[in-house]
Amino acid sequence: MNVFDYVRPASVAEAVAAASEGDAAFLAGGTNLLDLMKAGASHPARLVDITRLPGLDDIEFAADGTIRIGALVKNSDLARDAAFLAAAPAVAEALLAGASPQLRNAATIGGNLMQRTRCAYFYDPHSACNRREAGAGCDARGGDTRNHAVLGWTDACIATHPSDLCVPLVALDAVVEIAGPGGTREVALEVFHALPGETSAAETALLPGELITAVRLPAEAATFAPNARYLKLRERTSYAFALVSAAAALRIEDGRILEARLALGGVAAKPWRARDAERLLAGAAPTPEAFRRAADAALDGAHPSGDNAEKIELAARVAARALALAAAGTPERMPALPGSVFAPAGVNANGGSVHG
Amino acid sequence: MTLSLSLTVNGDRHEVHLEDARPTLLDVLRERLGLVGTKKGCDRGQCGACTVLVDGRRINSCLTLAMSVDGAEITTIEGVARNGAMHPVQAAFIDNDAFQCGYCTPGQIMSAIGLIAEGEAGGDPERIREGMSGNLCRCAAYPGITEAVRDATERLSQNQRKSA
Amino acid sequence: MAETLEFPTGHVRLGSNAGQPLTRRDGMLKVTGAATYAADNRPAGLLHAVYAVSAIARGRVTFLDVAAAKAHPGVVEVITPANRPPLARNPDEKAHGFSWRIEALQNDGVRYAGQPIAVVVAETLEAANEGARLLAPRYEVEPARIGHDRGEVFDPPVVGVGAEPNLTKGDAEVGHRAAAHHVDVDIETPLHYHNALEPHAIVAEWHGDRLTLDVPNQAIAIARSDFAGFFGVPAENVELRSPFIGGGFGSKAILNGPQVLCILAARMTNRPVKLVLRRDQMFGPVGHRGGTRQRLSLGVDEGGHLTVIEHHAQSTTSSFDDFLEPAANASHNLYASPAILTRHTGVRIDTGTPGPMRAPGEASGSAALECAMDEAAEAAGLDPLEFRMRNYAETDPATGRPFSSKALRQCYAEGAKQFGWAGRPLAPRQMRDEAGHLVGWGVGSSLFPNPMFQAEARAVLRADGTGLVEISAVEMGQGALTALAQIAADGLGIDVDKLEFRAGSSELPDGGIAGGSGHTATAGNAIFAAGSDAMGRLADIATQDPASPLFGAGNAGVVARGGRLHRADDESRSEPYTAILDRAGLDHVEGHGSGARNPADAEDYAMFSHGVVFAEVKVDPELYQVRVSRLVGAFAAGRIINPRLAKSQLTGGMIWGLGFALHEEGVHDPRTGRPMNADFAGYHVPVNADAPSVEAFLVEEDDRHVNALGIKGVGEIGITGSVGAIANAVWHATGVRVHRFPIHIEALLR
Repeated sequence: MNVFDYVRPASVAEAVAAASEGDAAFLAGGTNLLDLMKAGASHPARLVDITRLPGLDDIEFAADGTIRIGALVKNSDLARDAAFLAAAPAVAEALLAGASPQLRNAATIGGNLMQRTRCAYFYDPHSACNRREAGAGCDARGGDTRNHAVLGWTDACIATHPSDLCVPLVALDAVVEIAGPGGTREVALEVFHALPGETSAAETALLPGELITAVRLPAEAATFAPNARYLKLRERTSYAFALVSAAAALRIEDGRILEARLALGGVAAKPWRARDAERLLAGAAPTPEAFRRAADAALDGAHPSGDNAEKIELAARVAARALALAAAGTPERMPALPGSVFAPAGVNANGGSVHG
Repeated sequence: MTLSLSLTVNGDRHEVHLEDARPTLLDVLRERLGLVGTKKGCDRGQCGACTVLVDGRRINSCLTLAMSVDGAEITTIEGVARNGAMHPVQAAFIDNDAFQCGYCTPGQIMSAIGLIAEGEAGGDPERIREGMSGNLCRCAAYPGITEAVRDATERLSQNQRKSA
Repeated sequence: MAETLEFPTGHVRLGSNAGQPLTRRDGMLKVTGAATYAADNRPAGLLHAVYAVSAIARGRVTFLDVAAAKAHPGVVEVITPANRPPLARNPDEKAHGFSWRIEALQNDGVRYAGQPIAVVVAETLEAANEGARLLAPRYEVEPARIGHDRGEVFDPPVVGVGAEPNLTKGDAEVGHRAAAHHVDVDIETPLHYHNALEPHAIVAEWHGDRLTLDVPNQAIAIARSDFAGFFGVPAENVELRSPFIGGGFGSKAILNGPQVLCILAARMTNRPVKLVLRRDQMFGPVGHRGGTRQRLSLGVDEGGHLTVIEHHAQSTTSSFDDFLEPAANASHNLYASPAILTRHTGVRIDTGTPGPMRAPGEASGSAALECAMDEAAEAAGLDPLEFRMRNYAETDPATGRPFSSKALRQCYAEGAKQFGWAGRPLAPRQMRDEAGHLVGWGVGSSLFPNPMFQAEARAVLRADGTGLVEISAVEMGQGALTALAQIAADGLGIDVDKLEFRAGSSELPDGGIAGGSGHTATAGNAIFAAGSDAMGRLADIATQDPASPLFGAGNAGVVARGGRLHRADDESRSEPYTAILDRAGLDHVEGHGSGARNPADAEDYAMFSHGVVFAEVKVDPELYQVRVSRLVGAFAAGRIINPRLAKSQLTGGMIWGLGFALHEEGVHDPRTGRPMNADFAGYHVPVNADAPSVEAFLVEEDDRHVNALGIKGVGEIGITGSVGAIANAVWHATGVRVHRFPIHIEALLR
């Protein structure tokens, strides 16, 4: 790890000022940044420690139903907040499906949005990577690509976004609040993360010096609470990144889907909102056939970026299953294995099973 | 430039001076304060051997810059026994043979103390297994670890009932 | 089970302490953080060393920015091939059968990615790490050879440590002609990395020409003499301390390059130096399990009996040294067959040299054999357990020798009962749980040989009635400090609480190798013999002392127990040790003993631990994520010194089998040869949630031949059988035979 300048600002304005010059990075939970610095994949000249900034660690429930999550709220605190769990159970389930309890105790909501890809070629400083150095090339192409993208990738970059949290957040129309040298602004989470271009791999909408101050869920997010799930397929029962994941949320009335939300994780450089699938489901009956049609629509245009063709079919199945789980209802209590395919289905599941 | 910070570790206050801000909490505990009970297994937040409590919460000390916890209360494995008596989690680890080589054990115990304090697993073995999955045990003493945490949870709730 | 053992002096009994499920004697140290591992040592003036690694797999280093590294604040020394002082032994020399060629900066050549190419020594760990990064090496690159198809294939003269590479028993052609069913199975297993939670660590300090080392080591006497050899000092000048090993699994049995480099750094700087491998560095110079490509061809007759077993295993090794997984040898000793043909080939690839990793050969070989047996049972239309019992070997299939003991049949019965095997449908994809997951049951037989090494021990009975036993035995989690102390206490006829047990140091009598699952047997027999020897001396004193109630009883007529000597023919006549020593004016008596196999028994008998593992898996019927919901093992391994610890070894081994079946896989980029998953996020090992129900049952076995104490071994057998049982259960759940480990979701997708 390189020697870096360490500053601990007292206000958001000071933090933004401290990060606006030179090669600076904000330090919050540190669970991703220090990992990257130790790997030699990241070498900031200055760390701006924002952990003590006042006013960024509250979960606010506005009278109109909006939920505002301060950027420094810890993953575990958000997942454990009873009111939040009641309003956004799929978000809580995604939080608890990610990382480990220790990491969730340190990691922050803002930091989670800024999480960088787990692509091994990004982490390996000896491999060419357009994310680390624009124009360097992409050694992941033609390498070990089992975990790489099937949607939205280019020859410049085939990495995936690793976040669990962002998948249900993007499905629920979350908005990112940002403070920067030019004042404050908002960006929809759906456009916060960038897909790679033909030659470059810009990652987020943040400009130099800009700081995430909060993530907001609109009031309507809570209307999905009775039928909202997160499902994460992985090679180990716990403490593993997703092979693919999906967040599904439904508003069901009289046996019809009024509105559906679907997003996929582990398939693209961003959490992948599947709006075509959502449109197909609006007004449909919640049947396995409808879910599969929607899932296929979600994967429309997918193609392997290497030796990962099976991931397309797997992602479609995960999406269909997440929808079926959502239709079966949010479990009364958070499952013992959150997000797991081995977590039991909700109370309305037909005979307890949602499998074919 | 020298940086300084203060840490309260197991009730003892330490003033620490660093040449620069790079040292992690783990390396400060081990190499500068001589508290070597906390172990380094991966140094990347992927094994849990370095688990300590910071202000009562379990975290990976390898991914925590010491500077960023300036002023915090740290509890390490050296600080959980009280007046020469083992913590119930420690006793339960011995009684349930919850370790072999012992290298991950300090982290397992600190994680178990954190898990029990969080209060969400209770005596449910499946919730304990999930809640302890941030702590790798390469010897794979997992059956004993799960049983020890369940046992300790019960002992602690009995203690609470007695003192209530 | 024998109570009194046939020992030369016949005075001591095993069983007062041994056999009891005591909790660990080192438990308090381990749960309080007070157990000291190598990296926990911080001698005054300590420097930190970090080595830089090669990013290429073949070629040579053409440039290192030594100036940049030296300019980093805190850096004290940079060691490269250009300034590295000479060693007394060539690192490419193989001094004995247990030494590997190592990299100690002997030249600028690179033979695998992750090889040490320079060492940076600094005042702080942070400075040493950054100094190593600043070296920014440049290379002359040659193409990497990774995988079975890119390396040079060769016929090895030996496999494993000195084993024959080929066996032909009976006539394979005849066997194939006699078969009604034929099964050909191709299995691939990847490279595995030991990844003990404790990374390899060493603290080296020179005092003139004397060297003290804190280093985890599974073979202390061998290592001490090797370290001395590299630095040209007598072995007795090296003090090696290894009181606790944070997991070894074979990787801490072999001397490695980073250890030598740390000792060199200490000599060059004239200060104590600590070198601890980073986790990513654990995927280079400290051994691994080579990958295998195996083919099994089985013939089965109408009666469900094997007519032939052919097993070919090709294992990967490095370009510059040989360690071949003796995987095909797993087919030698388990199932009866008139014809057994095994052979091995090797393939040279650009990785570090493999080494013994928990059940080397047995694990990968058993995985393939048990999968093939399952397919053969399916072909024959038989229940896989019934098929295994039909092919039960009453004598060793490879040699025809009788087994020293074999309770495998009882293991099958006990395991099947505990698991509830009866009623299992023959066809796959027949069972579901209440949540709709596919459920499958599989079985695999377990087998592991019972080697013994050589060990010495010293036992002292003190005038206050307490005992001291010394041996450089090794505590690495298997419970040596507890189990060996139990044997030691019985050897001296005292309660284990009155015993001081010293181990883990080169200053003690040679405890042999903690490997091959033979440590308890080897060290235990030495310890018991030493105690017995001490008791013989005490008996001599008592029986020749007219003031003793034992006067005239004669040596053979006295038994030591509970801190007293008793007349064998009249146990009411006894005397405490303290009284005997007090009257004789002695402050102690001392005994010495050694442990090794009786060569005649080794000639006459085949010696193995046996067992069986039953697995239940749940598989999502569309998403194909797998969870091993139950593992039940039943094992017979001779005399069990401490059932609590033995069960932990066995269940731990079974979970290693789970990791083998579903998780572990070293991935190298085929273009560069660099390991691409060299951390715990990429190289998965099982977590707690992967092992919801794992149980091991012990089946009693009385073995009069394996060694005087009847001890076999439990350290490695748990992996064998488990891998196949899980893979077979996955087939039973899904109908898919996966022939490449680990079993990935994509391989099951239908």
